[in-house]
Amino acid sequence: MTQPLDNLRSLAYFGPELALSGAILLVILWDLVVKQARVAGALAIAFAALAVSAGLSVQAIVSGAGSRGLFNGLIAFDGYTSLFRILIAFVTAMVLVFSKPSLEEKSAREPGEFITLLLVLTLGMNLMAASRNLLMIYLSLEMVSVISFVLAGFKLDDAKSSEAALKYVVFGGVASGIMLYGMSFLFGVSQSLNLSDIAAKTAELTAQQGKVPGAVFVGVVCMMAGFGYKISAAPFHMWTPDVYEGAPTAVTAFLSVGPKAAGFAVMMRFFSEALGAVHDARIAGTVVDAAPWAILIGCLAMATMTIGNLSALGQDNVKRMLAYSSIAHAGYMLLGFSGMSKVGVASIAFYVITYCFMNLGAFLVVMAVAEQNGGDETVGAFRGLGRRAPVLAIVMAVFLFSLTGLPPMAGFVGKFYLFSALLETGGTWSWTVAVVGVLNSVISLFYYARVLRVMFLEDAVATEPTTVRPMFQVTSLALAVPTLVLGVYWSPVYDFVVRSLATVR
Amino acid sequence: MNSIPLEYFLLVAALLFVIGAVGFLLRRNLLVLLMSIELMLNATNLTLVAYNRFRPENHAGQIFAFFVIAVAAAEAAVGLAIVLAFFRVRRTIRSDDADLLRN
Repeated sequence: MTQPLDNLRSLAYFGPELALSGAILLVILWDLVVKQARVAGALAIAFAALAVSAGLSVQAIVSGAGSRGLFNGLIAFDGYTSLFRILIAFVTAMVLVFSKPSLEEKSAREPGEFITLLLVLTLGMNLMAASRNLLMIYLSLEMVSVISFVLAGFKLDDAKSSEAALKYVVFGGVASGIMLYGMSFLFGVSQSLNLSDIAAKTAELTAQQGKVPGAVFVGVVCMMAGFGYKISAAPFHMWTPDVYEGAPTAVTAFLSVGPKAAGFAVMMRFFSEALGAVHDARIAGTVVDAAPWAILIGCLAMATMTIGNLSALGQDNVKRMLAYSSIAHAGYMLLGFSGMSKVGVASIAFYVITYCFMNLGAFLVVMAVAEQNGGDETVGAFRGLGRRAPVLAIVMAVFLFSLTGLPPMAGFVGKFYLFSALLETGGTWSWTVAVVGVLNSVISLFYYARVLRVMFLEDAVATEPTTVRPMFQVTSLALAVPTLVLGVYWSPVYDFVVRSLATVR
Repeated sequence: MNSIPLEYFLLVAALLFVIGAVGFLLRRNLLVLLMSIELMLNATNLTLVAYNRFRPENHAGQIFAFFVIAVAAAEAAVGLAIVLAFFRVRRTIRSDDADLLRN
């Protein structure tokens, strides 16, 4: 990497974030000043900014813009950041499309505010993916957390929504407190907040002492609290089911995908840049010094998957079941990471992409079904859906099969890459973790299949066809098509991911 | 100047952190929970500043502490607002009573 750029010259590479910042201010102004077409105009501004953010990032990857340190090394500009920027812009755009009808209702509370907050969240997640400095990691994580708290409690007078926000804020505060304490130790050891300086100091001390220094180990374990909270990994997953159930469904869909993707982005960058723990698995010998981290992440992965899947089994509320399933999926993704290899990073990035399609889609269907059944989100609301709303039911089946990881869906390909990245590192430990992962996939089949059975094999009390908003049909199809296509023809996307990661050192 | 060794500061900070963590685990009043979190953040600030004072190659530690104070204020503002919203709906500020969402 070349010398970090100074503040002024960095701005040329900061286009996506500048566009988002501009849009945030514009939406606030628009909401204050304009009386007609308030929502439509604000949405148009938001979509324009997201298009700029994604477009500039695609251009950066395609043109091979290389990697640079921006703002004196606080932030990275590389393919890795660009990849996550595209993904995050896509997720935000999808969630805005979902929530458009409810925002346009007369009774909608502060639609302009909702759009503004989502854009701030997008900006924060972009910065998370780009952070190369402990201070930036902390600030971007907090930016995302604080806005998420507000969004989770957006329905102010709803008891469930306010309780969800409450649990979110309390757990979030503790997780970020523990993470900060860990950061202070890393700072104490290396006298610097830059990830590359920490890497140099850690490597020096490790060579001296023959093992990872205790303070660094404690620091990293504490920092995992913050990361684990963001990706909802055990033992920091407790907030997930409650917040997902209580928050408005559009917000839940967003929280289950966006912050999780950004959390993985920042965590993988931290481990590869600050600890130098991510290696090319094919170079033998280097794997040894990644050992404590590989075991740490492996344990987290196994615990997360098992807790997520076992708790999902008995759930009656589909939203809550999907919350536990999203915990389990964080576990699968950690699985790819526990090998600490570059292939693993690529496999996670690819899985995050497929996960975005299938999970957003599943939540969208829940939203559509709940709307038809007066807010009922239990499994019972899905009874006989195969006859009453065939398109919706088939699309839901695609998402659920994909989440289970059955071929020919995208989820299968994603999981295949995760497991093969883990096994490529070899060793008994990798095999143990992989076996637990496979067993968990089998468990997950039970609760996904339950929804499928109810949809297609059981009859509803009412048999007349349900009217689903055309918007829901179109967007859920738009998410189901990539879920299917990526399951049979994934190589262009996978190659794109690998190419964009090539610049990460 | 450096008559008090670094370890003393770190020990006090660790103690503060543990008090915060125990308070978080044991207390049931939401306002006390938020205060416990603040205690944990203060422990972090003390550690950062102490490390920085004893090896003052740059001022990153002190500056980080300022950022932590500022962000903690923002978080507390949102946190208190949410506690208030919760109180308006449920008429309680005990964490045990937040039991609408559970298995």
